[in-house]
Amino acid sequence: MSDNAITDTLQPDGFVGIVEDWSADKQAFQVPWGKAMMWIFLLSDTFIFSCFLTSYMNVRMSTTVPWPNPSEVFALTILGNHIPLVLIAIMTFILISSSGTMAMAVNFGYRKNRKATALLMVATALFGASFVGMQAFEWTKLIVEEGVRPWGNPMGAAQFGSCFFMITGFHGLHVSAGVIYLSIITFKVNRGDYDRSNNYEAVEIAGLYWHFVDLVWVFIFAFFYLW
Amino acid sequence: MDATEQHPISIYLKIWFLLFVLSTLSYLVDYFGFQGLLRWGLIITFMLLKAGFIIGIFMHMAWERLALAYAILAPPLALLVLISLMAIEAEHTFLTRLLFFDS
Repeated sequence: MSDNAITDTLQPDGFVGIVEDWSADKQAFQVPWGKAMMWIFLLSDTFIFSCFLTSYMNVRMSTTVPWPNPSEVFALTILGNHIPLVLIAIMTFILISSSGTMAMAVNFGYRKNRKATALLMVATALFGASFVGMQAFEWTKLIVEEGVRPWGNPMGAAQFGSCFFMITGFHGLHVSAGVIYLSIITFKVNRGDYDRSNNYEAVEIAGLYWHFVDLVWVFIFAFFYLW
Repeated sequence: MDATEQHPISIYLKIWFLLFVLSTLSYLVDYFGFQGLLRWGLIITFMLLKAGFIIGIFMHMAWERLALAYAILAPPLALLVLISLMAIEAEHTFLTRLLFFDS
């Protein structure tokens, strides 16, 4: 080809070529880079959680020992009433509420309303922290009272414990990290960083992460607790 | 960013309420002890609806350009292959265990 020479001078080979190609002035996603990168991170996280849930499906389908009934395992007696799965239901509502306040925080961020954004993010972080607290209570009850271990439990299939601790533990870790992440962004919102840069993108990006944590819980709730 | 700024707060309150309703409904599936296909069908339906509202409205995917939406939403479809393979494998393990460990 006649224009090979021109192309060669414009596009160097080797390692420099890799750097040139990846840093070239081409843009596929018409969004701020931070947002695109957060989406791609969340995509990778989707695969991690899916691997956990798929392996849970695999061991639950292949065991010949009956699976413990989650409805009973996670039941609580409140004021003399035996209510199945009640703590999990409350945790679900708390996480959904935190998603609601986060979505509104993002909206107020775009309206450049510093105070409302900061307050709603504090509410989100508090909901998140209370979720982790309830999870700690749930784990304690399961380990101390029910005798659930990663290698076995008195109620049935031994795989129940390992699936439970891995899946909810990894999710709880995400919530905890999210609370820290939100606290940092809230601090910066409150300090007026995003008013000075006139750009509340960081709030929306933190929001994406937080909604994802809620999204993962939707799947855990359906497949682990309700199935 | 584009359409994001113009959304009224009320849309988030409505979705919030809707998610509460859907969660309550899926909790009631367990509370009333539905079993079999009805149970699994309802659980999956409510789960997918909730996931759709969270991704579409809360995460604003409904208003993003298709290039981004497809790049993020299409790859997880590969998981269906993983799930199918693991289900076949689990079935095989189960039958093998019945054959050799049955006592």
